[in-house]
Amino acid sequence: MEELGAGLAKVGTGVAAVAIVLGLLLLIFFIGARAKGRLQSPVAIVVFLGPAILLLAYGLIVPAFRTTVGSFQNASGQDWVGFANYTWIFTAPGNSTFLINTILWLIIAPVLSTGLGLTLALLLDRMRRESVSKSLIFMPMAISFVGAGIIWGLIYEYRDPSKPQVGLLSQVVMWLGVEDPPNWLLWQPFNNFLLMVIMIWIQVGFAMVVLSAAIKAIPSDVVEAAELDGATGYRLFSKVTIPMIRGTLIVVLTTIMIAVLKIFDIVRTMTNGNFGTQVVANEMYAQAFVAFDVGRGSALAVVLFVAVIPLIVYNVVQLRKERAIR
Amino acid sequence: MSVEAHEFIPLPRQDPPLAAARRRLSSPVATVIVIAITVLWTIPTVGLFVTSIRPVWQTKRSGWWGIVEDRTVTLDNYVQVLTGGEILPEGIAPYLFNTVAIVLPATVIPILLACMVAYAIAWVPFRGANIVFVGIVALQVLPIQMTLLPLLTMFSNGWSIGPVPIFPNLDNPETGRSLLMGTYVPLWLVHTTMALPLAVFLMHNAIARVPKEIIDAARIDGASHYVIFRRMILPLALPAIAAFAIFQFLWVWNDYIVALTFAGSSADVAPVTPYLAKLAGGYGVHEHLLTAGAFIAIVIPIAVFFLLQRHFARGLVVGAVDG
Repeated sequence: MEELGAGLAKVGTGVAAVAIVLGLLLLIFFIGARAKGRLQSPVAIVVFLGPAILLLAYGLIVPAFRTTVGSFQNASGQDWVGFANYTWIFTAPGNSTFLINTILWLIIAPVLSTGLGLTLALLLDRMRRESVSKSLIFMPMAISFVGAGIIWGLIYEYRDPSKPQVGLLSQVVMWLGVEDPPNWLLWQPFNNFLLMVIMIWIQVGFAMVVLSAAIKAIPSDVVEAAELDGATGYRLFSKVTIPMIRGTLIVVLTTIMIAVLKIFDIVRTMTNGNFGTQVVANEMYAQAFVAFDVGRGSALAVVLFVAVIPLIVYNVVQLRKERAIR
Repeated sequence: MSVEAHEFIPLPRQDPPLAAARRRLSSPVATVIVIAITVLWTIPTVGLFVTSIRPVWQTKRSGWWGIVEDRTVTLDNYVQVLTGGEILPEGIAPYLFNTVAIVLPATVIPILLACMVAYAIAWVPFRGANIVFVGIVALQVLPIQMTLLPLLTMFSNGWSIGPVPIFPNLDNPETGRSLLMGTYVPLWLVHTTMALPLAVFLMHNAIARVPKEIIDAARIDGASHYVIFRRMILPLALPAIAAFAIFQFLWVWNDYIVALTFAGSSADVAPVTPYLAKLAGGYGVHEHLLTAGAFIAIVIPIAVFFLLQRHFARGLVVGAVDG
């Protein structure tokens, strides 16, 4: 009971915060409304834009600037070290692991998610009752990476083969006749792929829903004309369907790539980057908040930022092009 | 950057009659493959749930599929993980309340602020409105990692340019510890700030589309910007607000990196994600409790997801480009 009281007090804090912010906003609205005549518009602009601009300046712009500056400084942020942190990232012997892993993640997880999502979207297009499957495949998207990590940790669990198995993967492999399944999460380098499976499990639903909508939006006269010309099956797919949804495919692919690049939660909960599974985003966290090396942590953040830019730019350009056509 | 992703990417909707007519007869092979994948996709979550309702001695003796042979089920694991007990020094309950306390403001406040920005940009004519809009939306390229270190320093030590304090150092004189750390404030602020660029983009799409005649008529009747904003803009933007609210709710509920950085895993402020991660990483993992805890944490977003799926799809498609 006592615990419930404390809990409700916490929720109350949240509600109070919302109420206070609402009150403050109403107050500045009230003050702003007193401005008359030519002052009206300028005051309204300050009132409406002010809070957001302040937050963005303090919470995003200045911190990003300071991180960039910090990436050229040493571990404690006292001295300038030029590009030393960047040189360290790309040349230090141990670092090739997280660099290579991140590149593998960046290629494998998005391609497989999109590919499987596209296959499902095409198959769904030929089904009468599709909504239940769609919902269930889409559902992992609502689960946190930490939750997904626990779910899959259960599947990858290792037990001595002489004992009854608890992990589904080991059990299935043993049913199939393998006598001595490996300890999955320690099984280098394949453990990386097992972690990617979690990401794919989450992202396939997203790819499927978006691509399925794109396929349905292909005008039926286009398909009919192609069919009259004798295009069926694979030819119809490669010459009509794919070109018609090309833009959406690219958007889905780059979107998942952006998410993958920043993947942190899965690796941290499953292996914490041990056993050869480290990636850039988790290395950034480890450098910044475990090793307290501000310089290296900042430099890794900048690397992530720079890597994300071309993906987003390509994404936006693609969206614009599609819109212009429509 | 006037792209409107959610407009461009068509969303699931009823088939037009023509398309439905053209559709080939449903193929049995396709149906079988899809059902197989659906089952495959659902098994992991089912495994989690089944493990969470089996008695502890059962979970040690056989995998969750063992429930086919012995159908004993129990809620003991849930009781234990909620309240704590011998095995777990602390239950999940305080963390669950923390999640709620974090989610509420972190969802409502960014939406409100974004609506205000969107209104000013769309309906209060001023020079540079377009630049402000593009500038804010472009901030989406910044990954959260770019802000974590300086923000943590700012919250705990304040921040000044030379002698000029820009953000006060709010140390408690007795403990020397910042008054802000160990409260929800940093979490609310960080989530709000990170959400703004995307929120402004989405709300602007909705608010700029309000018919000009309505706004003009209200202006002629003497309504101030504030009245128009409260009485007309907010109600008219409600569908867009709802769509983004679901998206932001799920994002904050499931967040781990912000929670870990600004709340650690203290029962005072940390949400469920760091609690579960700690539980999962601990020695002598207790599957029956871990699965019960994880199920408690995922059941609410899943419920929200199933109830409001269509809006969620919409939010995701646009949120895709989020930073």
